[in-house]
Amino acid sequence: MKNMIKQVFHSGKFVTGFVIFVLILLTILFYPLLVSRDPLEMMGKGNFFKPGTYVSKAEVAGADNDYELNVNTSAARVESRLDNETRAAIAGWLEKYGKVKSSDVNVSDGEGLLKLWKKYYDPKVKQKGMTAAKSKKYQRLDKEISGILDSNPLVLAEKNNETGDYENEKELSEKKFVNEKDISNKQTFLLGTDNFGRDVLTELVSATGSSLKIGLVAGVIATVIGLILGLLAGYLGGIADNLIMFVTNLFTVIPSFVLLILISYSVGQSQRGIMMVAVLIGCTSWPWTTRSVRSQVISLRNRDHVNLSKLSGHSLFRIILTDILPYVASYVVMAFILQISSGILSEAQLSMIGLGPATTKTATLGLMMNWATMYSAHLNGSWWAYFPVVLTIALISFSLNLMNTGLDQVFNPELRD
Amino acid sequence: MKGYKKYYGQKILWYLLTLVFAVGLNFVLPRLMPGDPVSAIAGKSVSGMTDATAIEKVYEDYSNKFGINKPMYVQFFTWLKNAAHGDFGVSFSQYPRSVADIVSSSVWWTICLQLPAILVGWILGNVLGAVSAYKKGVFDKAILPAFMFVSNVPAFGMATILLFIFSLKLGVFPSSGGYGFDMMPSATWAFVKSVLSHYQLPFWSIVLTTIGGQAIGMRSMSIYELNADYVKYSRFLGIKDRTIVKYVFRNAMLPQITGLAMSLGTMMGGALVAEIIFSYPGLGSTMLQAVRGQDYPLLSACTLMITIMVLLANLFVELIYGVVDPRVKANQQDS
Repeated sequence: MKNMIKQVFHSGKFVTGFVIFVLILLTILFYPLLVSRDPLEMMGKGNFFKPGTYVSKAEVAGADNDYELNVNTSAARVESRLDNETRAAIAGWLEKYGKVKSSDVNVSDGEGLLKLWKKYYDPKVKQKGMTAAKSKKYQRLDKEISGILDSNPLVLAEKNNETGDYENEKELSEKKFVNEKDISNKQTFLLGTDNFGRDVLTELVSATGSSLKIGLVAGVIATVIGLILGLLAGYLGGIADNLIMFVTNLFTVIPSFVLLILISYSVGQSQRGIMMVAVLIGCTSWPWTTRSVRSQVISLRNRDHVNLSKLSGHSLFRIILTDILPYVASYVVMAFILQISSGILSEAQLSMIGLGPATTKTATLGLMMNWATMYSAHLNGSWWAYFPVVLTIALISFSLNLMNTGLDQVFNPELRD
Repeated sequence: MKGYKKYYGQKILWYLLTLVFAVGLNFVLPRLMPGDPVSAIAGKSVSGMTDATAIEKVYEDYSNKFGINKPMYVQFFTWLKNAAHGDFGVSFSQYPRSVADIVSSSVWWTICLQLPAILVGWILGNVLGAVSAYKKGVFDKAILPAFMFVSNVPAFGMATILLFIFSLKLGVFPSSGGYGFDMMPSATWAFVKSVLSHYQLPFWSIVLTTIGGQAIGMRSMSIYELNADYVKYSRFLGIKDRTIVKYVFRNAMLPQITGLAMSLGTMMGGALVAEIIFSYPGLGSTMLQAVRGQDYPLLSACTLMITIMVLLANLFVELIYGVVDPRVKANQQDS
C-alpha cells in the first residue's frame, strides 16, 4: 500500500492535478479567514461593476493632505477617455468635412486629434450625404469631448446647515493629488461585482466550496451504489447479474441528464436544496461505475485465490470484502474521482436550465452562471461575472482528470509512454 | 446472415423495451410532483375568488379537463394514445400553441446543430489521438494537452468564451438566435447566409470541447494496439509500416465507436445547455422556457424527444458496429 502511494506520487500527471486541486482546496479554506464578510452580501447598488478599487469620492475631494504634482493630467485623461470608436469617428469627420489632409490626422495622438476637432468642427458646415441622425450624433460627440480638454479648477464648498450658505470654498486644480494610502474608504473588487452587486471573488470562493461539496456527495453516493451493484452482479452472476445489468443498461442508454431534469422538476422548488441536488446527481450517475466494476469482478471471479476462499467455506461477504474488493479498489478510486468532476458539471448544467438548487442563501458555480446569463452578462460584456466561474469549473475538472490519468498510468503500465 | 438477423433482432427489441421504460418514466415523474401540477394551474385562475363552491367547481373542472381524477393507468393509456398521434397537449407557458408545434419547430435546430458538431468533434478527436500516438512529438506534447485542457471547459463555458471573443470583441459572428431577428424562415439566399453565420459559434463551442476527450481515448487505444504482439510479429515479417498502421487504427477505432454511443447522452446534455447561451432556437432553450414558465407538458415532451434521439443514435451505432466488427455478432451467436 505504501509502495503504491509512493508510485502514484511519482507520476507527473497525478502530482500536477493533485497540486492544482489542493491549491483550490486551500483557497476555499483560507480565503474566508482573510475576507470575513458574508459571500452573498450585496455590496454594490446596481449590477456588474467592473473589477478594480473603488475609492470614496467625497473623501478624495475633502482630503486634507494635498500634494501637487507636475504632470500633464489632460493627456492621460484624453488617452483613457477617447476610445477607438470615437477616434475613428472624429478622424472620419475631419477628413471628409473638415478638409484636413489625412496625413495630418493621427488617430493614435488623442490630444492632437482633439485640437484639430476644436479648430475645424462646426455643426453649420454643409455635410453632404450625412443623415440628420448622424449629424446629431456628431453634435452630441462635440459636447461630450469639449469637457475633456478643459482644465478649469473644480470648486468645492461645505453647506452650513444653519444659514444655508456655502462656506470654506476650495479650489481643486488639475495638479492636486491625493495619496491613495490616505484614503480610508476604499473597496477592492478584484473580479468586480455581479448582477446583485455582490463581490464576485468572495462569492466564487464560497460557490466553489459548495460545488465541491455537491460533487463529493454525488460521487460518494454514485460510487457506493455502483460498487455494490457491480460487485453483486459480477460475483453472483446468473439471474442477479441479468437483472442488475438490465437495469444498468436501461440507465446508461437513457441520458442521465434527462433523468436529472425530470426528477429535479418533480421534486419541486421548495425541496431542492444543495444536498437534494447532490443526492439526485448521485442517484442518476452510478451506471458507469457498475459496469466497470462488474467487468473487473468477472475477470477476478475464477482466480485461484477466490476459489480457494470459496473452498474454505468463507462467507460471500468475506470473499467479496477480502478477495475481490482490494483488486478493484484502484478502479473504484478512479471512478470516484471522475464522478466528482462529472457531479460538479451536472450541477452546473442543471442550474443553467433553471433546475439547480433553489436557494438564495448559498451560491454554487452553476447558480453563478445561471444568474450571470439571466442578467445577460454574456451579452453586455461583463466578462468578470462568468469567466472566473468557467475557469474554476475547467480547473477543477482538469485537475481531477489529470489525477485520474496519472492513476491510470500507474495501474495500467501498458499506457505509460 | 442468420447471425445478423438475430443480433439486429435482439438489439431492436432491447431498445424498444428501453423506450417503453423511458416513456413510462417520462409520464410518471412529473406526476410525482408534490401537489399535482393541475392544482398549480388551477390555483392561478382561482386567485381572487372568494366563493368556496366556485373554487371547488374550478378545481373540478380542471381535473376533469386534464383527467387527473381518473386512475393512473387510465391516464397513462390516454396520454400514450395522444402521444402516439403526436398530441402532447397545450403548452401552459405559450398558450395557445400546442406542445407538438413548439417541439417540432425546435427539434430540427437541435439535430442540425448537434449531430454534425458531435460527429466532427469525434472525427477530429480520433485523428488527433491517432496522430499523437503514432507521430508523438509536437502533437503529443503540445497540441493534445492543449485540447485536453480545453475539453475540461464545459460546452456552455466555451460558448461564453467564443461569444466574448468573436461576437463582442471582434464582431465577426452574431451573438444570439438561430437567424437574424429581422428575418422570417424562408428559402432565400440571405436567410441561409444568416443561419450559417449564426451556426458557427454554437457549432465550434461543441466541437472544441469534444475533441480532447475523444483524442485521449484514441491515443491510449492506439498505443495499446501499437504494442500488441501482432504488430511486432508483422514488423518481423517485414510488412510495410503503412499497412500495419491501417490495421492498428482500425482496431483502435472499435472501442471509440462504442465510446461514442455510450457518451452521446452526456455530450448532448452539455450541448443543450450551450444552446441557452446563444438563445439558439433548439430544445435546450425551449427547456429553459418550459422550466421558467412551469410548463411541464412542454418539458416532458422535450425530454422525451431527447431520449428518443439518443436511443435512435445509440441503436444506429450498435447496428453499424455489428457490420464493422463481426466478432460482436459472433459472440451473440455463442451465447
